[in-house]
Amino acid sequence: MGIVCPLGNDVETMWQAVLAGRSGVAKTTIFDASAFPTTFDAEVKGYDPSQCVPNLDLHRHCSRGSGFAIGAAVQACAQAGIDIEGTEPRDGIDRTRMGIYLGAGEGSLDTETFLASIIGGWDAEKAEMNWAKANHVSYTQMTRHRELEQEPNMAVAHIATLTGARGPARSCLTACAASTQSVGEAMMLIRRGEADVMISGGAHSMIHPLGLTGFNRLTALSTRNDSPETASRPFSASRDGFVLGEGAAIVILESLASAQARGATILAELIGYGSSSDAYRVTDMHAEGRGAVQAIRAALADAGLTYEDIDYISTHGTSTHENDSIETLAIKTVFQERAQDVPASSVKSMLGHLIGAAGAAELITCILAIRDSIVPPTANLNDPDPQLDLDYVPNAPREMPVKIAMNESFGFGGQNNVVILKRYDDS
Amino acid sequence: MKSVRVVVTGLGAVSPLGLNVEEMWAGLRAGRCGIGPIKAFDPTGLPCRFAGEVPEYRIQNYVPRSHRKAVKLMCRDIELAVVAAQEAIAASGLITKGIDPEKINVDPTRMAITLGAGMISADMVELAPATVASVSDGQFDIQKWGRLGLEQVTPVWLLKYLPNMLACHIGIIHDIRGPSNSITCAEASGPLAIGEAAQVIARGDSEVALAGGAEAKVNPFIMVRQCLLKRIADDAGQSPETVCRPFDAGATGAVFGEGAGVLVLENLEHAQQRNATISAEVAGIGQSQNLSPVYDRLEADGKGLQIAIEKALDDAEISPAELDLIIPHGTGVPGDDLAEARAIEAALGSAVEDVTVWPTKSMLSTTGAASGALDLIAAIQAMSTGVIPAARNFEAAPDGCHLRIPVQDEKREIRYALSCSYTHGGQTAAVVIRRYDESTTA
Repeated sequence: MGIVCPLGNDVETMWQAVLAGRSGVAKTTIFDASAFPTTFDAEVKGYDPSQCVPNLDLHRHCSRGSGFAIGAAVQACAQAGIDIEGTEPRDGIDRTRMGIYLGAGEGSLDTETFLASIIGGWDAEKAEMNWAKANHVSYTQMTRHRELEQEPNMAVAHIATLTGARGPARSCLTACAASTQSVGEAMMLIRRGEADVMISGGAHSMIHPLGLTGFNRLTALSTRNDSPETASRPFSASRDGFVLGEGAAIVILESLASAQARGATILAELIGYGSSSDAYRVTDMHAEGRGAVQAIRAALADAGLTYEDIDYISTHGTSTHENDSIETLAIKTVFQERAQDVPASSVKSMLGHLIGAAGAAELITCILAIRDSIVPPTANLNDPDPQLDLDYVPNAPREMPVKIAMNESFGFGGQNNVVILKRYDDS
Repeated sequence: MKSVRVVVTGLGAVSPLGLNVEEMWAGLRAGRCGIGPIKAFDPTGLPCRFAGEVPEYRIQNYVPRSHRKAVKLMCRDIELAVVAAQEAIAASGLITKGIDPEKINVDPTRMAITLGAGMISADMVELAPATVASVSDGQFDIQKWGRLGLEQVTPVWLLKYLPNMLACHIGIIHDIRGPSNSITCAEASGPLAIGEAAQVIARGDSEVALAGGAEAKVNPFIMVRQCLLKRIADDAGQSPETVCRPFDAGATGAVFGEGAGVLVLENLEHAQQRNATISAEVAGIGQSQNLSPVYDRLEADGKGLQIAIEKALDDAEISPAELDLIIPHGTGVPGDDLAEARAIEAALGSAVEDVTVWPTKSMLSTTGAASGALDLIAAIQAMSTGVIPAARNFEAAPDGCHLRIPVQDEKREIRYALSCSYTHGGQTAAVVIRRYDESTTA
């Protein structure tokens, strides 16, 4: 496992912060957001890739998100015993059997040049673009590397350079569900026998002026500008939107046979994956959570389990009015009489919403919950929404054995993904 | 593909050669060129004048009444995908909600969709009013943007440009409720999406899947990007008809364009039960990764592409000699074409002498995430007609390229065809299709 996120730039730092209920949210520093409807976010802080990436020269042009991905991949490979940037890896893994599948976001747009091109080209009298002028600005001010690194598949490229992986390589971008989907599909590639090892997870940063503009215009973000650290408050009555975050989370998936042959330390077993779509509206979730229910049931069926077997649910829990209500309804539909007995918390209350990277970051908290027998809390839950009556593990972590955990992610547009993890038992 | 056989039962194509499969194939068959002077914007001042643009269409004609309001949420990439999906589903004989809500003959929860999408660029004209309202002393003023400009951006602006929205709109129109994914590996996205969708069916997670890709690259910002990456053919003094010359000794670069290719994939038993017309079978998938810190070029020996082709042949359980046709990625960028030729030659060994290699981008242009899907559709058309048209703008191969590229039309019985793709950043993919034969047991 590896992570670069608003609560720290390694797994244990992040986990201690989550268990302590700390918030990674603060005023926006990446650009001047002081006049925006939302003036805060959850930024990665103090990340210095030169401290962890052996040959930074190979990655010097990469986007913010890809940079996080490289750092998280270095950590994950170290823990898994995968050699990086060596000409002759000695870890015993055939590089053609080692693949990469990320739910990775696009690099941040070169906003300055984009807007300068519009300003330079716009003919106010005719109210139309003078393309010769606009083209001149963009062609002279845009840079080759920045443009290349904007493509969402570039994080995969950098991790391939880092590890020498030659196996199946894919990148998907199903909005907020992307890295749960990438982990699920990566598991399927291992099951199908196409790879022994998959480097999976996600990376994303949409913290740039047009990203913030887009989410603000959708009124999806919290505007609690006077109290950023309590703004992400999933399942509370006063929730008013999500908090835009950024980061990367990487996990190494491996066939059991390969892991055993290498003598790798096994952290958990991935046992189920379900994917569905709402097919309802681009702008809204289906009111009864039809797609969410189908994805949860598909993941349970894939794992050969029923709702009675789940010990902990890591919810999508964004802190938007719509998601938290509908997700609660979906859990009730599937879990029936057990719905209120299964702890279901949202670490987005502390991490913010890492968009494409959210699912994988939350998956790591599930693995840690299993490892340490402790369920992370939902922070800032002081005024529960009376309509929402599940056990959201308010404000303090709970010590309890977790054998099987379920991680839910639902994307804008209605793409839903759920994965199920189990404590590894070598008997 | 083992255990479950996956077949193709519907095709949809929007390309510079036309708005449907028939028009595209007629164009390819006749060697017509879909490349012309850029119409979407004025490229004055840029070192590129040509593109492969789709003929005019009215999106409202391709969207059922129930979804017509949502067309204002569609950028061009989404529109192209919606049009191709409509054709593919109609051709398959499946009746979805989007075809006729009274006569639905497929279980929506057993349909999947996996589409490749590009890096969609924001529209400069659309954002102009907000931007020019946020200027102080000739410069962009972010404080003014926050106070004044931002409110002039349409509320749903972001949703128009998210790459997952291609699959989401089509899913809503046709009520597709099974697994849904959006593959974002640039020009390798189409075949990677088709491979994943075939695997979704093979593992039993759906009976039917829409797969393919769409992208609209004829946008000023995207074209500038290609210019900066030095991938564009030198068009000074050239005619649009002859400027794109994949694998030709006189090639100077690629021409970019737009399109959408969508295939309906289906579990063979499901297709047989409803007496569907089967146009081909997905026989094998291979994927790998280029390793080169020069991220915008294929590595010189094409190793990552070679591995993908070898894996696809293994997956199809055939030897290279059984291949009749390869549609290569072949963009017209000389170094990349040569690396691809090396990859194909290394993967096929001596069999390369007998396999016809037919590049299409001299006619279709490089259509990003659509390109691999359009190529597979072209391969299926060649398979069903037994004709491989002459490669347009190919006269003689450069030194070091030994592929058998047809300079005139070939009549050839095609049992197996392969299409391969790669992209900057390095993802590679190959798909093998087999002519459908009821008597074969896979």
